[in-house]
Amino acid sequence: MSVSVRIPTILRTYTEGASEVSLEPAEDTLAGVLDALEAAAPGIRARVLDDDGKLRRFVNVYVDDEDVRFTDGLATPAPSGTKVSIIPAVAGG
Amino acid sequence: MSTSFVPAVDPADAPPATPDFGPASRLTCRECGASYALGAAYACIECFGPLEVGYDFAGVTRESIEAGPQSIWRYAGLLPVAPYAGDEPNLNPGMTCLVRADNLARALGMTGTLWVKDDSGNPTHSFKDRVVAVAQSAARRLGLGTIACASTGNLAGAVAAAAARGGQRSVVVIPSDLEDGKVVTAATYGGTLLAVNGSYDDVNRLCSELIGDPLTADWGFVNVNLRPYYAEGSKTVGYEIAEQLGWRLPQQIISPIASGSLLTKVDKAFREFASLGLVEDTPYKVFGAQATGCSPVSVAFREGHDVVRPQRPDTIAKSLAIGNPADGPYALDAVRRSGGAIGDVSDAEVTEGIRLLAETEGIFAETAGGVTVAVLRQLLASGAADPAAETVLLNTGDGLKTLDAVIGHVGPTAVIDADVDEVGRVLAARQS
Repeated sequence: MSVSVRIPTILRTYTEGASEVSLEPAEDTLAGVLDALEAAAPGIRARVLDDDGKLRRFVNVYVDDEDVRFTDGLATPAPSGTKVSIIPAVAGG
Repeated sequence: MSTSFVPAVDPADAPPATPDFGPASRLTCRECGASYALGAAYACIECFGPLEVGYDFAGVTRESIEAGPQSIWRYAGLLPVAPYAGDEPNLNPGMTCLVRADNLARALGMTGTLWVKDDSGNPTHSFKDRVVAVAQSAARRLGLGTIACASTGNLAGAVAAAAARGGQRSVVVIPSDLEDGKVVTAATYGGTLLAVNGSYDDVNRLCSELIGDPLTADWGFVNVNLRPYYAEGSKTVGYEIAEQLGWRLPQQIISPIASGSLLTKVDKAFREFASLGLVEDTPYKVFGAQATGCSPVSVAFREGHDVVRPQRPDTIAKSLAIGNPADGPYALDAVRRSGGAIGDVSDAEVTEGIRLLAETEGIFAETAGGVTVAVLRQLLASGAADPAAETVLLNTGDGLKTLDAVIGHVGPTAVIDADVDEVGRVLAARQS
């Protein structure tokens, strides 16, 4: 089992156009997933996290349909089988 | 995998040719300032910040505007549209009434002049016709044959109707628990209407995930990948207010806040008019209104935060029920910069606000209008708003779409037989 991550259009330059990548993180948290994503697609983490290592203001990240701002942020559990979505937050209204 | 980062418009989103967007020249990130070519793009590749249209304005005067049509297209020279956009099939929204609201002012204890900008007078009875008209034009320029949206209700009808008029396909996505008035009107215009089991924020997420999916290759989501153009349509509310006041700015303006886009764009419109010399650059304060059951921007204002913490909405004001508002930080900026304030009110106060506006001015607003009236009353009572200042209140939609808000609160004075004596008895009882 692994963790799948849905990649938004604007980050697919890092994933050779792939809309979804499958990862096997060493640590079963969102932070661990982002570490594994960075290893697979170097440079992508800096697009999602700011210089202080926090989620950027205009990024929404969902772990199994839960907005991580409602859970534990980067410490949100993400065990094997989890689906993660990274989505620009500037939509709607 | 690729390891390089290329700060350019994604090829998949690039325009098919060099489209004519009139005075618009670029898209610029509001956060980091990165610049992009005009296209179906909405988020900065570098920082995910929202993209905004940049312009090179030329030749816009009071006279050129006054010579234009009685619709938003009189301001085409200030929008990201081709000069001929108004000649293409569209709903021709705008130039709604600016109603002098002396009775409401008296009821609120105001001595300054109060105006209601009544956008329920638009073709589908909400301000959303304005933003959709601009996005519809952008879809045409970019060769997108389907216009789509994530909607809290009013936008649903606006998109479906505009597509019907324009001969385009539409796909409208809404939460499944919306008011019947909004669902039925949107469905009657035709097109595809998808009701999602979830909140508006769930709908918004779904639409964002659909961007880039092969299913949506020729779709322009008006408030996702066409959002930079769409949002500019809200500027026309501010332009009209200034023009209808006789080419000047009011001292106070109060707007409902859902995503925060309308408030920020009305503010932008006032600043553009001043910078272009179309009005005198007089000071004004911007106020915002939310329902307590979905008040992330109001809470951030009250607590002094720059960041808006998302909420899970629970309010009858469904058109404002955006728990994670995209332009919340910018609404905070505009309100704080201008010296205004943001308030929030209970659902009971929303209903009272709807009734007060109806009973004093004959304007039947939807729940968002009730929110705005009630928050104005609150801000006047707290001293945050000045009762002596000339004030404009935005009514963004029609009460006929949200009858549930008043059903049970109003009804016939009496049910009687067709008998003159019974009429007399009822009238006498009312006078006693």
